[in-house]
Amino acid sequence: MHKIALIIQREYLSRVKKKSFLLTTFLVPLLFIGMYAVVIIMAMNSKAPQTTVDVIDLSGQLAPKLENTSTITFRTLENGNIDIEKRALQDKGAENQCLLIIPSDVLNTQKVELYNTGKQSVAVVSTIESKLNNAIRNILITESGIDVAVLDKIKADVSINSKEMTADGEKDSSSYGAMGVSFFLAILIYITLFIYGSQVMRGIIEEKTSRIVEVIISSVKPFQLMMGKIIGIGLVGLTQFLLWVVLSLALSTVASSLMSKNEAVQMELNSKIDQDGVGAQEEVGSNDKLSVIMKTVKGIDFGYIITVFLIYYLGGYLIYSALFAMVGSAVDNETDTQQFMLPIIMPLLVTYMLSFSVMMNDPQGPVSFWLSMIPFTSPVAMLVRIPFGVPFWQLALSIVLLILGFLGTTYVAARIYRVGILMYGKKPTYKELMKWFTYKA
Amino acid sequence: MLEINHIVKQYAKHRALDDVSMKVESGKIFGLLGPNGAGKTSLIRIINQITAPDEGEIIFDGERLNPSHIGRIGYLPEERGLYKKMEIGEQMLYLAQLKGLSKHDAKVRIKHWFERLEMQTWWNKKVEDLSKGMQQKVQFVATVLHQPDLIILDEPFSGFDPVNADIIKREILDLNKGGATIIFSTHRMESVEELCHHIALINKSKKILDGDVRDIKNQFRDHTYTIQYRGNAETLHDTPTLFKVLSNEPHDHELVARIQVGEGQTINQVLSYLLPKVEIIGLQEVIPSIHDIFVKTVTSPNSVYHA
Repeated sequence: MHKIALIIQREYLSRVKKKSFLLTTFLVPLLFIGMYAVVIIMAMNSKAPQTTVDVIDLSGQLAPKLENTSTITFRTLENGNIDIEKRALQDKGAENQCLLIIPSDVLNTQKVELYNTGKQSVAVVSTIESKLNNAIRNILITESGIDVAVLDKIKADVSINSKEMTADGEKDSSSYGAMGVSFFLAILIYITLFIYGSQVMRGIIEEKTSRIVEVIISSVKPFQLMMGKIIGIGLVGLTQFLLWVVLSLALSTVASSLMSKNEAVQMELNSKIDQDGVGAQEEVGSNDKLSVIMKTVKGIDFGYIITVFLIYYLGGYLIYSALFAMVGSAVDNETDTQQFMLPIIMPLLVTYMLSFSVMMNDPQGPVSFWLSMIPFTSPVAMLVRIPFGVPFWQLALSIVLLILGFLGTTYVAARIYRVGILMYGKKPTYKELMKWFTYKA
Repeated sequence: MLEINHIVKQYAKHRALDDVSMKVESGKIFGLLGPNGAGKTSLIRIINQITAPDEGEIIFDGERLNPSHIGRIGYLPEERGLYKKMEIGEQMLYLAQLKGLSKHDAKVRIKHWFERLEMQTWWNKKVEDLSKGMQQKVQFVATVLHQPDLIILDEPFSGFDPVNADIIKREILDLNKGGATIIFSTHRMESVEELCHHIALINKSKKILDGDVRDIKNQFRDHTYTIQYRGNAETLHDTPTLFKVLSNEPHDHELVARIQVGEGQTINQVLSYLLPKVEIIGLQEVIPSIHDIFVKTVTSPNSVYHA
């Protein structure tokens, strides 16, 4: 036990002391914050160009109802000649100008033509479209004798505030919030399993090619060396998570306190949304939805989710790093690992892809259930399901299977590892690995 | 010190060791010889408990070999290796602690050895910054740091220049004088004759020769002598039973002949035959070198010798 502690210590310290570890630990949160900042800055600085729309209204009904917005000015050309105006536009070649031609039968056909010298931005086109829609609808409503004011009052926009009924009483839940969390966790576990698993593999290949492995296993058992490496690197991963959480919290606290001081920023952002938004009523609706999401994200039990995340991160890491260790011990260099990598990656990759389609749509269905039971897929699958609520017996069974899976994988990996690390100059096949498995220790 | 009893090691279709037995006596330098692929490394790995034998057992100091003996064995593998990016001092501490030394003891001993072999300035260097010979020296120190009772050296002189090879040879003899038993696996026969008390020869998975170096040499004597003499070269020719002339050539102002004494005859009889005919200046028995014995036994693999 003392020796395995020494190995863990060396594996851990030699990695944590590396400059690249410090770099990724500090750069990744900065990168996220930086990306966030760039988005905000870009949103603040992007002043949409003013566009002038010349309107030739052959129907004579719509033009007066087109109101200017902060970016679009409508200019009605009384008695304008279509051909002359078209040619004039072409000669001027101005980008921020276009010509809207409303035919006389627009109320029936609901078709208009817009001429541009270049390509108009989607925002401009859709704004014009919605202005026209509103105008036409209002005219049609008035024509059918309905009072627009009454109609506005009775217009429905339902926002579901879903409550989950649990033993503790009702609590807010929202599948939007849950989906966001599971999306994030699935990606996190998928990526980290590969990052740290392949670090284990590289470490073993390094020991094998530098031939120090023979010196070390004359002092410790191959199993101790393998487990020491796996645990040491796993702790490096946990350290990195911890530092990321602490740094992100610290940075976001600093950032949000800066933001609240700068009220102007907030105002600017709000007015941006208003400009780009189509109608005031819809804005209110989506704001409502947003607040519901925020509320449910706050309502999610992060303590529970983080505990489950850590259990599955550790279990999944131990299973996959044992597999990676097996591959590392069997080959002489990294290029030979290819043939063994695919079968290792497949289960996780399939789960990862299924989690965003089948599992998100039906988190309690049979596919979700089985994927969250099989130890090779459960680390990703269970994390996707957790925010939707998983019965306790399923969670317990899955964790037991995960532990059994880890023990089984480690047993197989250790038997191949102890032979593989002493084999040089052979490109191993699966058949060969099977043979190694049967060798006497 | 070490009793190796009927060891068999089977790898799939290849039998690496076939009923190999030998005894390594305490305080001796034991030469383990054999051509490449004979099974030496397999045997050494079994002694180091890196692999286990399929049959047979090894007795270490009266007990069946078990993990508690690991700290009493020092092993220098033929394929050397260290962590390339790790500092030398730190690396030595790590390896010594894995052998069961406390951090403090390890530090004291590393300092002692570094001073002894003039490596004090290497402590903070990385392995990749050292020459190959320097790396070998580091590895040798790592092997003996924990003062093992049994030291197993697989080709210890490969990669050393003659000056450093001599330093290492001196250290090996010193360790042996201090009571350590040494198993010494090599192809360099001259170092075997210089260092070893006892040798065992493995060929094609089987032990074919085992014994005290002097006894083996005696056993391989084939009654060949060189005679320096003055006189007529024609006088020295084969006789029907007494002796056979293998060579007979002038050397400086004298003649030197190699003769093989016939079955049942003695050198004295040969001398009394020759004395009246030529003036004898010198006589020496030709004792085969370990190199000759090695080549002879390996190229006629069906014979098994016992000394």
